[in-house]
Amino acid sequence: MKSKLEKLKGTCIGIAGCGGLGSNCAMALARAGIGTLVIADFDTVTLENLNRQYYFLDQVGQKKVVALQENIRKVNPAIDVQIHDVRLGPDEVVNIFKNCRLIIEAFDRADMKLMIIETITERFPDKFIIAGSGLAGYGENNALRTRRLGNLFICGDETSEVSAALPPLAPRVGVVAALQANQALEIVMDDLAPSVGDDVWDE
Amino acid sequence: MNKGKSMKINLNNKEVSMAGESFSVRELLNLMHFTFPMIVVKINGRLVKKEDYDRVFIGDGDNVEAIHLISGG
Repeated sequence: MKSKLEKLKGTCIGIAGCGGLGSNCAMALARAGIGTLVIADFDTVTLENLNRQYYFLDQVGQKKVVALQENIRKVNPAIDVQIHDVRLGPDEVVNIFKNCRLIIEAFDRADMKLMIIETITERFPDKFIIAGSGLAGYGENNALRTRRLGNLFICGDETSEVSAALPPLAPRVGVVAALQANQALEIVMDDLAPSVGDDVWDE
Repeated sequence: MNKGKSMKINLNNKEVSMAGESFSVRELLNLMHFTFPMIVVKINGRLVKKEDYDRVFIGDGDNVEAIHLISGG
């Protein structure tokens, strides 16, 4: 029987978006011992990203997927990091993440979060998706939590929206990213079974 | 006098009594003050896509889960 860490080493996880959630979640999974990461983002590292995203000053201007791959390899060069410099829509989600055991939703915009949840639930009813919702501001430690709806897990406080008065900051973003990574470990190491009949309404 | 019918649903693990026999997903979300534009809705474990909110109806005994999706990542 495989050990739990061997299971993790043999697992592929997809990360949709390499901003605050995606970059921190990827690094947590890398340090924990994931075997393969498929990371996707179209964006470039900016100075403003450095208040919460896992990049460094000398990476400003680089493509996020390239910079994140470099940072993961600095921790563990044995991890297979597959990068996709692309803006994700439903077709790209299906093609890029089809071989992943589970997908981390790490987008910024709420409409993109819904898009990937609908796409994964409809096209891959056996895969898990772990989304982030509500992480702006500071404090309120105990409002950050995880809820399960079938094959969908939602991490965050489900209320705090990013605004000028409530920016995303490293601690809360990092907590939610770590909740997502921790949930992923539980799914993989404990072989959580997908919910039966967790599909899309269609009539 | 025409006495209206009522129904009970389970919304996010709480029993809710409502006057009426069925509501579309959109009507229910409005009634329950789900105000953000992006929401994950599942009825009896099945995801209702946003484009189907006017076509899918909730009736007595249904289990409804609704969670806001908030921008930020």
